[in-house]
Amino acid sequence: MNWFSLITATSFMPVPATKESGDVDSLYIFLLVSGLISFIILIGGMVIFIFKYRRKTEDQKSAYITHNTLAEFLWSFIPFVIMMIIFAWGWSVFHDLRRVGEKGDVEVHVTARQWAWTFKYANDIEINSPSDKKLVENDPDSTLLKPEIVVVPVGKTIRFILTSDDVLHSFYVPAFRNKMDAVPGRRTTFTFTPIEKGDFTVFCTEYCGTKHSNMMATIRVVDGEQFAAWQAEKIAGMAGANNKGPAERGEALFKGSLGCSGCHSIDGSRIVGPTFKGLYGNKRDFADGSSVTADDAYIKQSILVPTAKIVAGFPPAMSSFQGRIKEDEIKDIIEFIKTLK
Amino acid sequence: MAHEQHNYLNHQKGIWSWLTTLDHKRIGIMYFVAIMSFFFLGGVFALLVRAELFTPGKTLFSADVYNRMMTYHGAIMVFMVIVPGIPAIFGNFVLPIMIGAKDVAFPRLNLMSWYMLMIGAAITGSTLFLENVDTGWTFYTPYSSIKTGLGVIPMVLGVFIIGFSSILTGLNFIVTTHKLRAPGMTMNRIPLMVWALYSTAILQVLATPVLAITLLLLIAEKTLGVGIFDPQLGGDPVLFQHFFWFYSHPAVYIMILPAMGVISELVATYSRKVIFGYTAIAYSSLAIAGVSFLVWGHHMFVSGQSEFAGILFSFITMLVGVPTAIKLFNWIATMYKGSIRLDAPMLFAIGFMFLFTIGGLTGVYLASTGMDVHFHDTYFVVAHFHYVMVGGTLMALMGALIYWFPKVTGKIYSDLTGRISWVFIFSGFNVTFFPQFILGNMGMPRRYYDYLPTFTELNQMSTFGSWLIGTGFLIGLFGVIYALLKGKEAGNNPFGGKTLEWTIPSPPPHENFESTPVLTGGPYEYR
Ligand code: HEM
Ligand SMILES: [Cu+2]
Repeated sequence: MNWFSLITATSFMPVPATKESGDVDSLYIFLLVSGLISFIILIGGMVIFIFKYRRKTEDQKSAYITHNTLAEFLWSFIPFVIMMIIFAWGWSVFHDLRRVGEKGDVEVHVTARQWAWTFKYANDIEINSPSDKKLVENDPDSTLLKPEIVVVPVGKTIRFILTSDDVLHSFYVPAFRNKMDAVPGRRTTFTFTPIEKGDFTVFCTEYCGTKHSNMMATIRVVDGEQFAAWQAEKIAGMAGANNKGPAERGEALFKGSLGCSGCHSIDGSRIVGPTFKGLYGNKRDFADGSSVTADDAYIKQSILVPTAKIVAGFPPAMSSFQGRIKEDEIKDIIEFIKTLK
Repeated sequence: MAHEQHNYLNHQKGIWSWLTTLDHKRIGIMYFVAIMSFFFLGGVFALLVRAELFTPGKTLFSADVYNRMMTYHGAIMVFMVIVPGIPAIFGNFVLPIMIGAKDVAFPRLNLMSWYMLMIGAAITGSTLFLENVDTGWTFYTPYSSIKTGLGVIPMVLGVFIIGFSSILTGLNFIVTTHKLRAPGMTMNRIPLMVWALYSTAILQVLATPVLAITLLLLIAEKTLGVGIFDPQLGGDPVLFQHFFWFYSHPAVYIMILPAMGVISELVATYSRKVIFGYTAIAYSSLAIAGVSFLVWGHHMFVSGQSEFAGILFSFITMLVGVPTAIKLFNWIATMYKGSIRLDAPMLFAIGFMFLFTIGGLTGVYLASTGMDVHFHDTYFVVAHFHYVMVGGTLMALMGALIYWFPKVTGKIYSDLTGRISWVFIFSGFNVTFFPQFILGNMGMPRRYYDYLPTFTELNQMSTFGSWLIGTGFLIGLFGVIYALLKGKEAGNNPFGGKTLEWTIPSPPPHENFESTPVLTGGPYEYR
């Protein structure tokens, strides 16, 4: 890195961590320098004129100049040429960022959902981010949650295949200079080749509701062996999870892939939806004035047809899990809810 | 005072005579009062939004409340302040006078536009008390259609009605410009303010119906479950973005073209010089209006639209940059060998050019696909559009206010007050929005309630700047009240303007002109 890019692009942007991001930074430096020169010409000219042609006497006359064809041609044509350069350069960089259809060495299916990301590797390893722990522990007012870590190998082409379960989200990694919307009902791709090892933050940049700013993940770029070791460890962990009891499996679903914890707390606090603490076996009051005692049937109905009974004081914001949850998973969740006294 | 002159202000008396007036000048004042109230409300929301962002984590409100304030700030400012602002207030007041007409072509329609704005604003505003909306001013589906409350319906219904107000004003201005020009006033002799309003009017008439239809479709989906945008019903969520930006991109020019018109007037008058490149400025307005219909896709480079579409939209967007640059060059060339006075309105014009240049240049960054991918939906975009729209439109609005104030009221607006207000607004603007470019570089996304601790200092700077801007506008408001109560008598032409409004008394008589003026030359003949 020379001094030039130090004072410009890279001084505020995160370290360029992928093959493509260096090219974006070069374009950025060009934009910054050409923009700065244009700004100095325009505003510098203006400031000089203000001082030089300041009205000094009340009857001071001005020159009568209506137009100048050559000057006008030049100041239309030169910006045009510069903008065409910026356009073409932008296009070539864009092409590298997109790489639609190119298969990756590592492929991960990413599902966005209010307000979490699920990363699923080909061998069924699954990461759900963020976790339910606070990111900034010493700040009691912080609402950010600690991102879970998604590991990828350095130097390989990684393709994330994005989709969304509910609304629009957008997958953004500043250090990669890349972002892509996650659109319900569609698949989009986010392809990158990491060249720096380290942890990189993922943000959601398409406004997606209450906890939009909370929707983070961390991509950890490591070398090939560490990646293989991480995968092996995860697979061993999955085998262990299968031996767990139903309530523990339910807890994993609750906090993990189903993402219930995004809206429902288990400690009695109010998030988006009602808390599950003390739910089972107790009375629920509904917006329409009716009420029932929460039992297996009620919980199952709430998962599959959330709009059937709306708890008083909450918006009908939950969407159905029909098709996304299996019968025995519902049983596990109910077992877990039973433990929340 | 011994002899009171007969003018449009004392022509009739009583509140009722105002509410039923057909006089374009009085309607302009009614717009001023209404829009400034909306501006005040939008401004309070802005200050609250910035206050919340003073520290990471919860500072004052919960995330829900923050999202609502952010939505109301945006929706009020865009639909109720910046879009109608200059055309409805100053366009109404000066356009007929500038072309030598007695009134607009359809005075009743003009009054009706005002009522439409009020009704729309009332319906939109009612959601503040009924059910708050938290979608952001862009109302993107499927969040707006399935994931949030029913308040969205009255909200967009209000915007729909406000849209009609905009269409009617536009229609009125087009016909007025074509039909009511004084003898000798050819299209190549109308003041540049009129050209700007005319180009704006074309955009209003052609683009706004698209927004109207889009909002109706959204309401249809939300109430009847018709599947248009919601993928669960077989709709396409990205379609909404296409429709929305098909209106809202031209709309950003609806916001800025009138401001450009104001700047042309100010630069000519305060440089006491014939405007440089009249034809280029006039026709570049039309060019901008035309091309701006073809660039909406630059808001969607990362939406999943095809790479080819992205490239095409990037190319056309670059083309809009050219006429925009031409205007800047022309204004600066007008100052060359001029006789420049730095009165408050000229300071606002200079502030406009300064902020607009930064806004326009950063627009080029965003128009370049490869670069936009990084900046899209970050604070860089927030900074960009505040520099162009707010720096542009509000600077011009303040300049216009002080410049035409004597004509409208017969009293001079204190130049000193204007300058002090300028210092606060101008410096406040840069302190508020420049750090946001850097936040964008660092990767802070927009519409964030909470942020990483690394973004703290820049956010605090930005919040501090917002207080400066707020102070500046309060001083500006104080200037209005002070001038109304204690202002000096203005006379017909206090600043040496050359356009027709400066040839008639201040305040103007009910029918503007005693006898129809006859034009023999262009509008800025300072020799
Ligand atoms: C005439 C003055 C201008 C106005 C009033 C204006 C206004 C705006 C607004 C309001 C937005 C943000 C919309 C939103 O997402 O909320 C925006 C974004 C954008 N503007 Fe401008 N703009 C102006 C000039 C320019 C110029 C000259 C260019 C390029 C040559 C440009 C290119 C863009 C692009 C590409 C975006 C989308 C950025 C993104 O969302 O990633 N703008 N502009
Ligand atoms: Cu999101």
